[in-house]
Amino acid sequence: MATHVRAEAPPAARSSWRSRLYRFDLKASPYAFIAPFFLCFAAFGLFPLIWTGWLSLHYVDLLKPDVMEWKGFGNYTRLWSNDQFWTALRNTFTIGVISTVPQLLMALGLAHLLNYRMRGRGFFRVAILAPYATSIAAATLVFVQLFNPDYGFINWALDVVGIHPNWYSETWPSQIAISTIVTWRWTGYNALIYLAAMQAVPKDLYEAASLDGASRWQQFTRITIPSIRPTIMFTIIVSTIGATQLFGEPMLFGGGVGVSGGSAHQFQTLSLYMYELGWPSRQLGRASAVAWTMLLILLLIGLAQYLITRYRNRNELGG
Amino acid sequence: MAATLSTPSSREAKHAQPARPRGLFRRKAGEHDKAGPITYVLLGVAALVSLFPLYWTFVAASNTGERVALSPPPMVPGGELWNNISVAWDQADMGTALLNSTIVAGCVSLSTVLFSTLAGFAFAKLRFRGRNALLTLVVATMTIPPQLSVIPLYRIITDLEWSGHLQSVILPSLVAAFGVFFMRQFLSEALPFELIEAARVDGANSMRVIWHVVFPIARPAMAVLGMLVFVQSWNDFFWPFVALNAQNPTVQVALSGLGGGSGHDINQAVIMTGALVGTLPLLLIFAVLGKHIVGGITSGAVKS
Repeated sequence: MATHVRAEAPPAARSSWRSRLYRFDLKASPYAFIAPFFLCFAAFGLFPLIWTGWLSLHYVDLLKPDVMEWKGFGNYTRLWSNDQFWTALRNTFTIGVISTVPQLLMALGLAHLLNYRMRGRGFFRVAILAPYATSIAAATLVFVQLFNPDYGFINWALDVVGIHPNWYSETWPSQIAISTIVTWRWTGYNALIYLAAMQAVPKDLYEAASLDGASRWQQFTRITIPSIRPTIMFTIIVSTIGATQLFGEPMLFGGGVGVSGGSAHQFQTLSLYMYELGWPSRQLGRASAVAWTMLLILLLIGLAQYLITRYRNRNELGG
Repeated sequence: MAATLSTPSSREAKHAQPARPRGLFRRKAGEHDKAGPITYVLLGVAALVSLFPLYWTFVAASNTGERVALSPPPMVPGGELWNNISVAWDQADMGTALLNSTIVAGCVSLSTVLFSTLAGFAFAKLRFRGRNALLTLVVATMTIPPQLSVIPLYRIITDLEWSGHLQSVILPSLVAAFGVFFMRQFLSEALPFELIEAARVDGANSMRVIWHVVFPIARPAMAVLGMLVFVQSWNDFFWPFVALNAQNPTVQVALSGLGGGSGHDINQAVIMTGALVGTLPLLLIFAVLGKHIVGGITSGAVKS
């Protein structure tokens, strides 16, 4: 681009004006092209984010948003000593783990299987992606039926082994049920991402390994996993972000008592807690404090991931 | 885009080399990467688990509410589908909801594709000050949860009296960081610098380069991105749930109204019908274009 020369020199008089226009176009157009994104982000992302931070330092009523009463860090200290907040934080963490870890492991396994030559590969790929086409709302409503303790399909099937968990009122079963919805919707999507990464691994690596007598399992752990590690990191980050903001599944899973996340808040996530504070309880300041706490948690997770990657890289370089 | 679908040929070479089958994965030498029966069984189970809830939605939507709430649950479709659809249509205003979701997802995907292509082109092929820092910023914005903006946005749309109107959900989603990144990844590989330079030499300004060079080359990626954004926008829940209401809902907001209780007085079959009607448009898109969507997802994420 930079070394470009005009093919023919136009007449001198008009050329200075035209070439100035031309150079302006070259200089300015990149910024014009990226401007829509940054304008949109500034207006609907950054500005509200800062405003949320400002609100979190005040008492604000949803119905009288113009009246702001300064609280300093009062909303945050109140969160710190609030049991429901800690429950929501713990739930977000446990639901996050039991929805993300099995999901990504299964996706990895499925991707490995899909990587074989086989009949009907197109069918299998579209079939495991089908849940991705289902919305949070539709999927949750369907799983509410399947998990119904009295007449649901799952307890009917579990009758064989003689267990009847109550998928709403008990803490672990309810969290497992919600995680199942998340896992069902996203496993196929992640499997396809892994599959694409696996197909980019050079085939001669496997040939060399198998000549050296490496078993299939060894090939999987020593070649496949290290080769697609950037992709695995990518999915871990995306899933972590998704898990932190889980809202629709627990909300609709709770039915009539949705926002409270069950009668004992047994499956209330941070996001749901924020909504409960902001809308049903009308305390926008406290809700904003929860939102900013979520951001801080994400930053901490991001920092931890960064440090782990750096530590590991340094170890590997050092031998 | 279609790279993922045409791999068998690239793998034939492996066919001839000696394999050392072991344990669970034992199969004939020389059939190294051919799927064995266990692979088919496991994938069959995965496909069944993926599809069964969708099948069961149809079963429940075509039975009576009383039947759905009986154990053992119904396993075969009944004859109540049309009846349930007409009830759900009245109860949750599914007609308005489908129309609204189509408008919202249509506008959002059109504008996201347009703006993402422009920005993706700039990040992939143009030189300008701050390019790398700005691209990092774009990727970083993906990590910010929507929860951090809903409260001020709610305030803004209330002040503008947009609450309950579609523009309140369309405007904040006009362009997405994911789309910018997606188009940048595609154009860095698919668009040769020579082509842009040739157009420049012919005296084309930036708009003409976009129109005559970038758009024609980006078209397949734009189509895939459009489908992905359409699906995402159609299924978006949190912000539409806050910004809209039952009088003028999108499909997801209408569904959340249907599921507002789990007591026995509520007709469960009608809820399932709502879920079915709200999902069917996307399932149809998947049935027709599934292969392209699969290719799009797999091509977008790897090259990071």
